[in-house]
Amino acid sequence: MLNYIISRLASALIVIFGVVFIVFMLIHMVPGDPVEVMLGESATAVDREALRHSLGLDLPLWQQFYQFISGLLHFDLGYSLHSRQAISEIISARIGPTLELTLASLFVASIIAFPLGILAALKKDKLADAAAMSFSLLGVSIPNFLMGPLLILLFSVLLGWFPVSGKSGLNSLVLPALTLGTALAAVLSRMIRASLLEILNEDYIRTAKAKGLSRTRIIGLHALRNAMLPVITLIGLQIGALLAGAVITEIVFSWPGLGQLTIESIQKRDYPVVQACILLISTTYVVVNTLTDIVYGLLDPRIRLES
Amino acid sequence: MTSQSLIKVSMKVSISLLILGLWFLMVISVPFLDLHPDEVVLENILLFGEQQNLSESGSPGLGFLGYDDLGRPLFDRLMVGAYTSFMVTFGVIIVSMLVGTGIGVISGYVGGHWDHFMTRIIDIFMAFPGILLAIALSGLMGPGITNVIIALSIVGWVGYARLSRAQVMAIKQREHVQSAKALGASHTRIIVLHILPLIVAPLLIEFTFGIASVVIAEAGLSFLGLGVQAPQASWGSMIRDGTQYLLMAPHMVLVPGIALMLVVLAVNMLGDAVRDKLDVKSH
Repeated sequence: MLNYIISRLASALIVIFGVVFIVFMLIHMVPGDPVEVMLGESATAVDREALRHSLGLDLPLWQQFYQFISGLLHFDLGYSLHSRQAISEIISARIGPTLELTLASLFVASIIAFPLGILAALKKDKLADAAAMSFSLLGVSIPNFLMGPLLILLFSVLLGWFPVSGKSGLNSLVLPALTLGTALAAVLSRMIRASLLEILNEDYIRTAKAKGLSRTRIIGLHALRNAMLPVITLIGLQIGALLAGAVITEIVFSWPGLGQLTIESIQKRDYPVVQACILLISTTYVVVNTLTDIVYGLLDPRIRLES
Repeated sequence: MTSQSLIKVSMKVSISLLILGLWFLMVISVPFLDLHPDEVVLENILLFGEQQNLSESGSPGLGFLGYDDLGRPLFDRLMVGAYTSFMVTFGVIIVSMLVGTGIGVISGYVGGHWDHFMTRIIDIFMAFPGILLAIALSGLMGPGITNVIIALSIVGWVGYARLSRAQVMAIKQREHVQSAKALGASHTRIIVLHILPLIVAPLLIEFTFGIASVVIAEAGLSFLGLGVQAPQASWGSMIRDGTQYLLMAPHMVLVPGIALMLVVLAVNMLGDAVRDKLDVKSH
């Protein structure tokens, strides 16, 4: 088991190193001179040289990378070009709202997807199954930036139940969480259905039936417990989709989270902040994935023995 | 498969093909229609289904889908948006599929250190959630159709690489490949004749679902203002423009939104059907 954990951690570290390298290289993807792009054409040569120097862009590439890494290891993400504030300060104010939004969406997704997926599996090929899977197909096909405005149109503009945008108490969380959550619910309900159907074909379910156990007991005690294992892993893997979806959802609802900060910084050409946001979101994703892998290995010995 | 479910499947496929056919028709008719997607007519601002003031040039849609916040005809913008989304989607898919499959096949076939290295690279690209990397790339490179295609391809090749690598790893152990090797066939011959035909089916499934995700990604980037250069119409930027006028002019969101949803829905339904047909496991 220890070997499994160590090997998972080691590969996560390599991946994170690669992610850091790509994020570092992003600033060199700016066409032309990034300093000129950031400052605009009216800047003086002195200003440009000063910024170039403070970003370390006058150093050889490997030294820049070295500085970037050593900064990260000291939790020093640099300063915003726009507000001159420390990036770590700017970001830490934005983590809370994004976390709130993702957790609420996960909750929304679960309360929609579990009943739907289980119902679809138990009523396979019946009307309820078709209806649940049509809902799921529709959910996958409506992107966040369309679902958001549609929900605003219905619940804010026509019914006036929830605020159109901004973050003000629990009421304002409902529509963003619903937007992000339904997309995940659509994917999740399909997985739950597939996973449960597979388990229902297993020998031990047949044995349980032959023993004369009640249907509720078979499904509740024998099938669901085992069917949920892969589903929990899949939820972990979906965190990435959730984080990326949060970027767009935050823009739709003017939600003051990391996603909004990323897009705002792109618009202001505040590239160090963009880099920090992308890095934080991606490493969170890698860490969650690795933890999911490890937990799955703990719960299901077949996984860790295979690798 | 019962005859009833066969009918249901083919009905789903026909509806999908109908929608996608319509999309294609919109795309190829763009150059032949006298469209004025960027024409600002102040009298028509936010109008929908009311008396409209046609400009002397007049759009072929005659404004039957209404006008946006600048008085531009939505029909014309929808057509150009279809074109934008089609060009970006197939541009991205062709580039990612060629690059991804090429890298994946070679990596899986050669194996060893090279494969180990490529697997790491693939893992690293997979570590960026969803279109986040594309958002960063197109944000840094600036708007424009080419930049969008580059950004989405940098993200898109990984899926094809991973899939084709895994397929090739399994197939190269098979007896027909081993015997071709024993007969002295060249590597190129083995890859092209004995391996590639066998990975076409899974690639086709990935390709179909890929269309849906690229259509959404392009529209998403344009929604964020990182897609095509304004004023060129894209369904995503049309939705963004409309979100500010939800109360007064919901048609601004609904027109491009429904078009986008139908295309994605059609592709997903088609993808399901292709998978059911080609995936041996589910039979």
